[in-house]
Amino acid sequence: MSKMKKTYGDADDNYTRSLKIKSWVLFGWCIILTIVCLLPIYILIINATRSHNEIISMHGFGELFVPSSHLSENIKNLSTKTSEDFSILIGYKNSLIITGCSTILTVFFSAMTAYGIRVYDFKIKDAAYTAILLVMMVPVQVTSAGFVKFMINLHLTNSFIPLIIPAVAAPSVVFFMVSYLKSSFSNSIVEAARIDGCSEFRTFIQIALPLMKPAIGVQSIFAFIASWNNFYTPNMILIDPNKGGTTNLRTLPMMLGILQSSQKTADYGMIYTCIALGIIPVIIAYICLSKFIIAGVALGGVKE
Amino acid sequence: MASSAQSRIKSISYAKYGYIFILPFFIVYCFFQLWPLIYTFILAFKGNQSAGDSWVGFQNFNDLLFSHPYNKSDLLSSNAETKAAAKALMAIDVQHQNFVRCLKNTIVLWFGNFIPQIALSLSLAVWFTDSKLKIPGTGFFKVIMYMPNIITAASIAVLFLQLCADTNYSAATILGRSLGLLKDGEFFNMTKNVPDVVWPPRIIVMFIQTWMWFGNTMIMLMSGIMGINPSLFEAANIDGASSGQVFVKITIPLLSPILVYTVVTSMIGGLQMFDMPYLFTTSKEGQRINNIETIAVYIYDKFHSGAIEPSYGYSGAASVVLFIITAVLGAIIFRFNRDEDEARKKKQRKELIKQQKQKNKQFGGLSI
Repeated sequence: MSKMKKTYGDADDNYTRSLKIKSWVLFGWCIILTIVCLLPIYILIINATRSHNEIISMHGFGELFVPSSHLSENIKNLSTKTSEDFSILIGYKNSLIITGCSTILTVFFSAMTAYGIRVYDFKIKDAAYTAILLVMMVPVQVTSAGFVKFMINLHLTNSFIPLIIPAVAAPSVVFFMVSYLKSSFSNSIVEAARIDGCSEFRTFIQIALPLMKPAIGVQSIFAFIASWNNFYTPNMILIDPNKGGTTNLRTLPMMLGILQSSQKTADYGMIYTCIALGIIPVIIAYICLSKFIIAGVALGGVKE
Repeated sequence: MASSAQSRIKSISYAKYGYIFILPFFIVYCFFQLWPLIYTFILAFKGNQSAGDSWVGFQNFNDLLFSHPYNKSDLLSSNAETKAAAKALMAIDVQHQNFVRCLKNTIVLWFGNFIPQIALSLSLAVWFTDSKLKIPGTGFFKVIMYMPNIITAASIAVLFLQLCADTNYSAATILGRSLGLLKDGEFFNMTKNVPDVVWPPRIIVMFIQTWMWFGNTMIMLMSGIMGINPSLFEAANIDGASSGQVFVKITIPLLSPILVYTVVTSMIGGLQMFDMPYLFTTSKEGQRINNIETIAVYIYDKFHSGAIEPSYGYSGAASVVLFIITAVLGAIIFRFNRDEDEARKKKQRKELIKQQKQKNKQFGGLSI
C-alpha cells in the first residue's frame, strides 16, 4: 500500500515538475519576446537624450543603453525649429483637431445608426445591415484614386473636411455597436420612455447613449488611435499642405516624414526626440487604458 | 388584455424614425465611399495623364496585366515609324513590369510577415490559455506584446530607418558588429536603394510587420480559444492526450473559423501595406526601393501627382484588381463564418414544408 502511494506520488511529482520546467522555459521565451518588443522603443528614448554629435560617434555595444543629458536641449531645438514645412506644435494641433472631431463623429453617428437598426422595424432594415457588413471589407486603397479625383473636382483637397466628415460612416464601429445593443439593450426601455411621452431623439440621447457607454468608450479609444496614426489619407488629400505658403496643414505623422526626408534637418538627436514626442503620449495613454483596449481587441475575435 | 394606450402605441408606426437614424450614415457613406469606389471603376476605363477624359475600354487592364514584347533592335531602327512603335510598346511594357513587380513584392512581404506572425501568436495563445501550464505574468506579457500595434506606423518606419541605417553608428550596425555578424565597415544594407540588394530591405519590413501585428493576432486567437468549451480539454486530459494531440485534434479544428478570419483579414491588411514601404522608399533622391514597393504604393504613386500628370487610368485599373482579390478573400470568410447550424435548420424546415405539401397532395389536397 505504502509502495503504491509512493509510486503514484512520484508520478505526480514528475508530472508537475515537467510542467513547471515547461512553464519556466516558456516564461523565458516570453521575456525574450518582451525584450524584442521593447528594445527599439528603449533605444529610441535613449537616443532622444543624445546630441547629434554623440549619436554619430557611437561605436560600442554598451553605449546603446546608457542615456545622456541632451534631452531638454533637443526639445528646445525642436520647438524653436519652425520652418515653412516643419513645426511640431502645428503638427500636434492639426492632428488633434482632425482626430478629435473624427472620433466624436464616428462614435456618435455609429451609435445612432446602430440604434436605428436595432430598435426600429422598417422595410430595408436587414438590407441596410447586410450592406454595412459587406462594405466593412473594402480596403481604403481601392477607393482612393476616385476619392482624390472627386475631391479635386470639388476643390476640397488641402482642407480638413475630407479627413473629418467621412468618419461619420464607420461600418466596423456600427457592427460592434449593433452586437452590443443586441446583447445588452432591451426594447422595453424604449417603450417605457414612449409611454412617458419622451420623443424618439430624446430617448436616444438621454437613455440609449448613457446605456451604451461601455461600447462607446472602447470604440472611441480605437477610433482615436486609428485616426491619430493615419498617415495615408492626410498624405493623399493634403496635396499642397502649405496652401501656397499661408498655413501648414500637415499632421504629426506627415511632419515625421518631412523630418526624415529633408536634408536640412539632419540632426539625429532631434529626429529621435521628435519620434519620441509622437510616440510617448500614445504609449502612456495605452498603458492607462490597456485593460479596455485588450478587452476590445479580444471582442473582435469572438465569433458572432 | 392590453390597455388602450398600449395598443395605440403599438399601432403607431415608428418606421420613419428608423430611416432618419440611419440616414446620416448612408448619405456620408454614399458620398465619401461608395461614389469614390464607383468613380475608381470608371477611371479604370479612362485614359492616363493628358488623355484622362477619353474612354479607352480595357486598355489599362491590358497594359498592366499582360506583357508587351517588342524588338530591342527596333528601338535603334532608322525607320521612324518602327522606332516610335517600339518605344510606345516599351513604355507600356515598363508599366506591366512595374505592376507585376509590386504585386510580387506585396505577396512576398505578406508571406514573410504572416508565417512568423501566426506561428508566434498561435503558440503563445495556446500556452497562455493552457490551464495546466502556469506562466507567470500573462497579463503583463499581453499588454507589452500588443503595444507595438498602437504606435503610429509612420513613427515606427522613421524609427527603424534610423535604427537600421547603413552607417557606422546606427543601432543595427553596432549590434551586428558586437554579435560578430558584421566586420568593421560592413553594413546590413537594409535601407539601401539599389535593385541588386533584394532581401535585407524586405527582411526589415517583414520584421516590423511581424513585430507590430503578432500581439494583435495573439489576443484574437486567445479569445477564440477561450470560447472553446473547456470540458473538451478536460476530457482530453483525462483520456491522457498529449498537448500536441490536444492542439491538432481539438484546438485547431474548433478554432478554424477564427483562424480563417485572421488569415483573411491579415491578407486584406497585407494588400493595403502602405506606410512602411512608402516611408522606406521615399528616399532623399525620391526614388523607390524596387524590392519593397507594394501595390498600395503603386496605386498611390500613380494618382498622386508630383511633377508629372497623374495616371488615374492605371491607378484605377490596379485598384480594380485589388478590389477583385479582396472580394474573393471576403467571400472565403463569409463562406467559413456562415452559421452551419442555422443553415442546417433552414434546410430541415424547407424539407418539412415540402413533405407536408406532398402529404397534402396524397390526400387529394385535403389538409389533415
